[in-house]
Amino acid sequence: MAVLGDHSATVRWEHFPHDADIGVRGYGATPGEACEQAALATMAAILDPATVRLEQTVDFALEAPRLDLLLVDWLNALIYEMAERRMVFGAFHVKIENDRLKGRALGEAVSRARHAPAVEVKGATYTELAFVEDRPGLWRAQCVIDV
Amino acid sequence: MDVSRFEKLSETAWRIAPFEGMRVPAIVYATEDLMTEMDDKVFDQVTNVAKLPGIVRASYAMPDAHWGYGFPIGGVAAFDADEGGVVSAGGVGFDVSCGVRTHLTHLTREQVVSVQQELADALFEHVPAGVGSEGEIALDAQGMNAMLLGGAQWAIERGFGRPEDLDRIEERGCASGADPAAVSEHARKRQRREMGTLGSGNHYLEVQEVAEIFDDEIAAAYGLVKGECVVTIHCGSRGLGHQIGTEYLREMVLSAPNYGIELPDRELACAPIKSELGQKYLSAMRAAINCALANREIIGHLARQVFARFFAQEGLPLMFDVSHNTCKVERHAIDGETRQLFVHRKGATRAFGPGHEGLPEALRPYGQPVLIGGSMGAGSYVLAGVKTSEPQAFSSACHGAGRRMSRHAATRTWGGRQVVDDLRAQGIIVKSPSLRGVAEEAPGAYKDVRAVVDSAEAAGLARKVAFLKPLICVKG
Repeated sequence: MAVLGDHSATVRWEHFPHDADIGVRGYGATPGEACEQAALATMAAILDPATVRLEQTVDFALEAPRLDLLLVDWLNALIYEMAERRMVFGAFHVKIENDRLKGRALGEAVSRARHAPAVEVKGATYTELAFVEDRPGLWRAQCVIDV
Repeated sequence: MDVSRFEKLSETAWRIAPFEGMRVPAIVYATEDLMTEMDDKVFDQVTNVAKLPGIVRASYAMPDAHWGYGFPIGGVAAFDADEGGVVSAGGVGFDVSCGVRTHLTHLTREQVVSVQQELADALFEHVPAGVGSEGEIALDAQGMNAMLLGGAQWAIERGFGRPEDLDRIEERGCASGADPAAVSEHARKRQRREMGTLGSGNHYLEVQEVAEIFDDEIAAAYGLVKGECVVTIHCGSRGLGHQIGTEYLREMVLSAPNYGIELPDRELACAPIKSELGQKYLSAMRAAINCALANREIIGHLARQVFARFFAQEGLPLMFDVSHNTCKVERHAIDGETRQLFVHRKGATRAFGPGHEGLPEALRPYGQPVLIGGSMGAGSYVLAGVKTSEPQAFSSACHGAGRRMSRHAATRTWGGRQVVDDLRAQGIIVKSPSLRGVAEEAPGAYKDVRAVVDSAEAAGLARKVAFLKPLICVKG
């Protein structure tokens, strides 16, 4: 599980610049961890994930023909559930096997007062999309999200 | 961008000759200063678009072009279905039919300033804005279908707007060819509580003063009077459009090989116009256009309700409503022959010149109003379409200032409170649920909108009519 503020050498997230939108990038020892971190990076584009109470869970089961498409599907599934359930998330569990993803997002109903969300994410794009093992034991999952 | 990679056609037009699979040249309209400021990715993206099947004449980028996804923001491209042309979900984007509308108030600056704070508070209270906001109109399945087919016409039939507004909306407020059956259940669910909501990011409702007039005759025809105020609304098709973009992009990415399409960039995902998928996307996209038109009509209605509380007048006639993320079927002259083309404008505004049959009668002699959103501090412009824009860029112009700084860099440079206070000192009241959101939209994060519209005018894409200075800005 990716925890808030986890910035260890391997398991971490970051944003990278894009003119109009925001690049999100997650690193992990496994593809699942990289997806968890990319999800945290997406949440951090909206709010401070540390302000999110982990009160409710939403489960995901996704599959895609390629690993990088699975990343886009994962982020878009989160974006959809946030919009439909009026929720925000602060932590994620992801396992990936054979281009199939099983995930769980933990969060709560959005509070405009407490979360002060900065932007609404419209969708995850294929721009700067990469889901690769940079070196043994270091996976990188990234793309630009449209805000 | 390095301008040495271009052939200079004029002070504001730069050409890239076809290379490595480009079917047509690419042309960027901008001054050398704006060209230099543009990201190199604009070069990559405008040339990638030129590689798509069935593209006609050229791939264009407007003076506010910046790095988008697939198409550059500020990209224009037209495709001929009879030549294997494509429709691209990436060429329209996630916020289908995002656009701008401007209402006239015929109130003086002094009248508005006398209630500026109260008016700002009331607009912020009454117009749902920002993440997690909800509209008061809940749509059941039948209502959703009617909205997706009817657009602004549907909103007006429900009492959210006036019949005369339709004269001032593209296609009279209703895109034909929409098919609700092409819109998924997810897209519908995402929209259920979002009718009449502004959204977030760079979407806004502003009360603006007409601070400068550049063309007296056209300004008078548009109803713009120096010293009077207008209300401008910038938003799009909300969650429904976002979901349609998401779903069809994925389907087009996966299907492209089946159509023999080699995508230079997966975000340029597309399908032949004559294919089943292409037709299905067009049907869904037109439904999303109707959603955006209905949404802006409802927000205009909400603004009217607020103004009616403060000013005893009928007020707020619609000056014009125009979208800047669309694919539209239009007729254009190509080598002396009129052809039906599918014109994609991604962050670019349609700009029909005087005499165009698509314009309402009252505006036809003057050209179409082209509404250019600037930053919260720098102000906005009203331009008019000109005839030279047709051969230059399929009657298109810029849509905004364009970012010069990423959101991340903006928040490192400014604090939201500082931006609000600085604008307050300039007489501009900003209302937003998120100070970070305000920092991301800081005026300094945008290019000089004056330079952009000057470029557009010099390039023959549109003519300057009026400059609008904000007094109140409600941001999502």
